[in-house]
Amino acid sequence: MSDAQTLARPSAVMERQKRAIMRRNLFYVALVVVGLVAPFVAYPVFLMKVLCFALFACAFNLLLGYAGLLSFGHAAFLATGGYITGYLLASYPGLTPEIGIMAGTLVATALGALFGILAIRRQGIYFAMVTLALAQLVYFVFVQAPFTGGEDGLHGVPRGELLGFISLSNNLAMYYFVFAVFLFGFALIQRTVHSPYGQVLKAIRENEPRAVSLGYNTDMYKLVAFVISAALAGLAGSTKTVVFQLASLTDAHWHMSGEVILMTLLGGVGTLLGPIMGAGIVVSLQHVLSQSPLGNWVSVILGIIFVICVLSFRSGIVGEIARMYNKNFK
Amino acid sequence: MTMIFGVPLAVFMGQLTLGLVNGAFYALLSLGLAVIFGLLKIINFAHGAQYMLGAFAALLGFRYLGINYWLALILVPLVVGAFGMLLERYLLRKISHLDHLYGLLLTFGLALIIEGTLVNFFGVSGARYATPEVLQGGLDLGFMFLPTYRAWVLVAALAMCLFTWFMIERTRLGAYLRAGTENSQLMQAFGVNVPLLITLTYGFGVGLAAFAGVLAAPLYPVSPTMGSSLLIVVFAVVVIGGMGSIFGAIMTGLAMGVIEGLTKVYYPEAANTVIFLVMILVLMFRPAGLFGKEA
Repeated sequence: MSDAQTLARPSAVMERQKRAIMRRNLFYVALVVVGLVAPFVAYPVFLMKVLCFALFACAFNLLLGYAGLLSFGHAAFLATGGYITGYLLASYPGLTPEIGIMAGTLVATALGALFGILAIRRQGIYFAMVTLALAQLVYFVFVQAPFTGGEDGLHGVPRGELLGFISLSNNLAMYYFVFAVFLFGFALIQRTVHSPYGQVLKAIRENEPRAVSLGYNTDMYKLVAFVISAALAGLAGSTKTVVFQLASLTDAHWHMSGEVILMTLLGGVGTLLGPIMGAGIVVSLQHVLSQSPLGNWVSVILGIIFVICVLSFRSGIVGEIARMYNKNFK
Repeated sequence: MTMIFGVPLAVFMGQLTLGLVNGAFYALLSLGLAVIFGLLKIINFAHGAQYMLGAFAALLGFRYLGINYWLALILVPLVVGAFGMLLERYLLRKISHLDHLYGLLLTFGLALIIEGTLVNFFGVSGARYATPEVLQGGLDLGFMFLPTYRAWVLVAALAMCLFTWFMIERTRLGAYLRAGTENSQLMQAFGVNVPLLITLTYGFGVGLAAFAGVLAAPLYPVSPTMGSSLLIVVFAVVVIGGMGSIFGAIMTGLAMGVIEGLTKVYYPEAANTVIFLVMILVLMFRPAGLFGKEA
């Protein structure tokens, strides 16, 4: 399409935009239908794991893909959400799961605000190192704190009854709850990305000095993005704890921060659907590998995928598909 | 018995030397990171893995080839450094034109591969590497007992730091390196082989890590994961000191080691975390780092 054409017929452009949005909405509806039918086709616990990590990766992607900030410490939020929810639900039997999840998310959000205030004082590579170091601090706190169970973690967290009357011990009920949580998180990210705020965020990613010169308080924008991202990562961790009824140090380890980067990178940084696909692939891969003779090689294989992604597959699966689609159908 | 703030002098001095020794490792590793960062503008996430490779090469070289400690101290940094040069030449160079965060991610992937491979062959439990005979035992200084090997590590690490400083500040190659750090494109226009310089610099940084690894082998259990947790602390040290100056990297490394050692004496619960807490303070009051230039 040439500029002359678009200038000549503005109505055609609007028409095309309308069609694009319509197509997008149709696509979302299709995805929701797939999500609703999925537990009858695949094992629900596996799907829940995918959804929790997909939400985690989407939250991470909001920061890396749209604000251009590489956090190497997102495991801290996942683990904080998980531990707080796990501790509350295990020690206060009267609490319903949604209260536990909200509390976990809230604490992760507060931690995100603290991390964010400190980390946005440095840019680029330093930002990554600061977040990594802060997450390691949180890791050591969880190792030593009395309520986390140290190396053993928290076990036997009850799933409880949603709103006090829907038992979540049934995997199907649990699945639909997790799916709803995921949709909420995804919708929030989708809304954020396409809002004026999201546009400013992208402007900061592309050229921060210019955004500053246009009068935007870029630190504030970055901080808000960091807090939203941390909150949703915490929500993912809290939900995961309810599903698997445990919280452990694995979630707080820096390997986990690396894994979420890999999921996002593999699926496509800065695409809405990429992190979901990346999470699906990485979780499936771990699942398959752990039952094969290659079980001990998971971390090596993830490392190899990492290297390949960085060297020659930087736009990720969804990014590549989008590029092919744009080339051939537009 | 002499007491210092309620702690016996011998205990105090013991932890102080231990802290200094740890600090020497922080200094060596953050120096290597800073040298690499200066020219390549990437943070070498594989630095911990390369440090671990140094320790492992010393261990395996002794076990299977009979290479003694002193030979290992010279050979291992060269071998691991050469391995680093291959990584730079065939992997890192391919992405050098991209955002430098990709370099961080690539080296992270490499660290996973190296660490994971060694875990599969040697497990996670640590192996012991014998201290060379000359350096066994210790000196009784009257107020404390100083193990000879610890004293040697301090001397060797500081000598290596000094050597690095000399190479960078007082030699022609070092002048090229400093010029390349300022403006590598202009350097290339002047006819300097910048890609080769970059390869050599990366190899040198990796060699420094491997040297630290050999020094560490008799001191700590040699295991595939010995590097990664250390590296995160070194990252915090780098954030505290900034990567602007060599002197800054060395001083910050030593100081953080001492602070960690003293925390072990007075408040052991926080010994693991104190460096991160210092980092938070520095970020709050001097965000560019103690010796940093840029914001």
